Amino acid sequence: MCLAIPARIVELQADRAIVDAMGNRWRARTTLLPDAKLGDVVLVHAGFAISLVDEEEARKTWELFAEIDNFEKTSNKVSG
Amino acid sequence: MATNPERILLAHGGGGRLTNQLIRERIVPKFKNEALSELADSAHLTLASSDICFTTDSYVVKPLFFRGGDIGKLSVCGTVNDLAVAGSRPVALSLSLIIEEGFEFDLLERILQSISDTAQRNHVDIVTGDTKTVEHGSADGIFINTAGIGIRLPNVHPGLDTVEVGDKIILSGTIGDHGMTIISQREGIGFESPLESDCAGLAELTCSLFESVPGIRFMRDPTRGGLAATLNEIVEGSSRSVQIDERAIPIRPAVQAAADMLGFDVLNAANEGKFVAVVSSGAAQECVRVCREHPLGRDATVIGEIVTTRDVPLVELRTKIGGRRVVQMPYGRELPRIC
Amino acid sequence: MLDRIANAQHAIDEACRAIGRQITIMEVCGTHTVSIFRSGIRSVLPDTLKLLSGPGCPVCVTDQGYIDTVMGLADRDDCVIATYGDMIRVPGSDGSLESRASKGNVRVVLSSEDALQLARESPDKTVVFVAVGFETTTPATAVVVRETAAEGIGNFCILSGHKLVIPAMRALLGGMNDRIDGFLCPGHVSVIIGSGAFAEIVRDFRRPCVVAGFEPLQIIEGLAEICQQLAAGKAELKSVYKAVVTEKGNTAAQQIIAECFDPADGYWRGLGKIAKSTLVLKERYARFDAFRRFGLEDKPGKENRGCRCGEVLCGLIDPIQCPLFGTRCTTDRPVGPCMVSSEGTCAAWFKYGRRG
Repeated sequence: MCLAIPARIVELQADRAIVDAMGNRWRARTTLLPDAKLGDVVLVHAGFAISLVDEEEARKTWELFAEIDNFEKTSNKVSG
Repeated sequence: MATNPERILLAHGGGGRLTNQLIRERIVPKFKNEALSELADSAHLTLASSDICFTTDSYVVKPLFFRGGDIGKLSVCGTVNDLAVAGSRPVALSLSLIIEEGFEFDLLERILQSISDTAQRNHVDIVTGDTKTVEHGSADGIFINTAGIGIRLPNVHPGLDTVEVGDKIILSGTIGDHGMTIISQREGIGFESPLESDCAGLAELTCSLFESVPGIRFMRDPTRGGLAATLNEIVEGSSRSVQIDERAIPIRPAVQAAADMLGFDVLNAANEGKFVAVVSSGAAQECVRVCREHPLGRDATVIGEIVTTRDVPLVELRTKIGGRRVVQMPYGRELPRIC
Repeated sequence: MLDRIANAQHAIDEACRAIGRQITIMEVCGTHTVSIFRSGIRSVLPDTLKLLSGPGCPVCVTDQGYIDTVMGLADRDDCVIATYGDMIRVPGSDGSLESRASKGNVRVVLSSEDALQLARESPDKTVVFVAVGFETTTPATAVVVRETAAEGIGNFCILSGHKLVIPAMRALLGGMNDRIDGFLCPGHVSVIIGSGAFAEIVRDFRRPCVVAGFEPLQIIEGLAEICQQLAAGKAELKSVYKAVVTEKGNTAAQQIIAECFDPADGYWRGLGKIAKSTLVLKERYARFDAFRRFGLEDKPGKENRGCRCGEVLCGLIDPIQCPLFGTRCTTDRPVGPCMVSSEGTCAAWFKYGRRG
């Protein structure tokens, strides 16, 4: 139930955002993160962004984040 | 002159004028072959051999149209693949349609065209069929059943009883593409995604494998229930144990991300253009090589092997961190109506 | 990352050797239980380190009475039940929401917003949102309640089953199961309440508390930190999930929870009544409270016979010690919520553990 994944805000109007995770785009509310801006990576849970992601820290400790980072820098490729 | 409605009426399934009109004007022209054109009650086929494989499958996928395919394409590929993995060359399909009253002709047209294109691409003829209509609300648009006949390849007898400890398990490509694509387009969950179904007919590749690589024990396509279901079926049917390596399993990052967001397990997600093969250890390398030369097998790889059973036969996964856990047969409801 | 995992594993082995006796670490959160199983971490830990699952599965700790209340509402013709998927198969005293699917008034939603949207689309029915979850999920409900009030929507209400994690941990240590040496604290609950919220557990009970995320590296490094503290006789609060967890947490989320809810005494499956551990809508939002709207009481129900989910949730027994496990209670035919929930301890053991 605590499923939440990091995704980048690619569209933002007031507190309604579109976030992108590996090309999948979801609607998310940024009501709980008044300081969120376009381009930020946020943690999304049940349709709401609940935290900003510290990208540098995430790159060091979060494999999924590192993969997203990698993915954004290269084109769609197969992992594993 | 009979009316030409834009939507299916119950009368189209009544066996009378409208039925005839539907069949002759809309259905038969899409499938040009001798057997069908006769429009007899049964198709008459003369086959090269009496050693045949015969299968049937029904298709109830929702949504009807998805990125990478539609129910029509699926209904051909699914049955072709069942024949292909059984070690046969598919030759003929039957096509049964159950259409809901009110279904748009345009959509029917698209689906029939898709069936026609896919059948042609996979070198199979639609030789006989049936059309029924049901009241509005009884069929979710359209349900399709296809039954298929394939000619057994000579000296090819795949079976789980031949599986031995040490045999390798090969996966022909990435998993989860079809299942997660369907989910991404379902109402209520829908999200924009680059994902595409992997729906494709595998007969050309499987026949090439069976004919050129000795030592293929068994093959199956991991549709409903995904890779997890197929591996468990292998365990059940052979009474052997399977060990697979998580790091070896090819998964598109977008598929994994979509699964993570929704809490789905990619191992349980459906695949419609992939196969799992159990091959003798000596044949594994050659098998992978042949696959990779084919567009549908580019990401083929060895993902595990048959191992000695410790207590009970089961599927065990060696995880990314070097730990172990069991892979169970999935509960049926994980991804509703995906094929 | 594999190097770091290997280092952390090594640190755990060393620390456990130094400690000498069996130690028990509780992973509070159901998502941790599942991640631990799926990544195979259990199989690489030393035998003297026992991992216990705790009451951190919101579906599992939802009392039978609440489930039966939901069923009662589902049986009404004027209601549409909107729920997260996790709750669909939980067995009440008389079937589950899944078994009522043919009635057509049970809808699975991915967010509280979707539930409110259902209400806008079905003006002739009352949509009841089954609001279950810990602090990670509560803010999503609060935002939607606030919006419902602002928009003046009359046919939407929530049946609050939201719970608080810290009171449950205190209840465990205060008597139900004090044989817990340390806690792996829930990463995403901490995002909301802040890692600092666990300081009182460290202070009052002298147990190491480490906040961790859900990937194998996070979990193993979190466990290593706890083991090292235990070996050194320390009890401190630490976080290895600094990418998203801060000491203070998400204050905007905390504020909106406080604006909409009051803590109240409530019933937890297995743990009984815990003071100030559940959330009730404030008086100003009373009309969106399904309990008040339909005149329902929040009272405990009776568990299904033989079900020992309660003891599993307190970490008092492992699922295999329940006589129903794997026999009468399986993922296909669950008797209790610990087997149904995607994060239930019993389901995790059943799905990922060896049963031979």
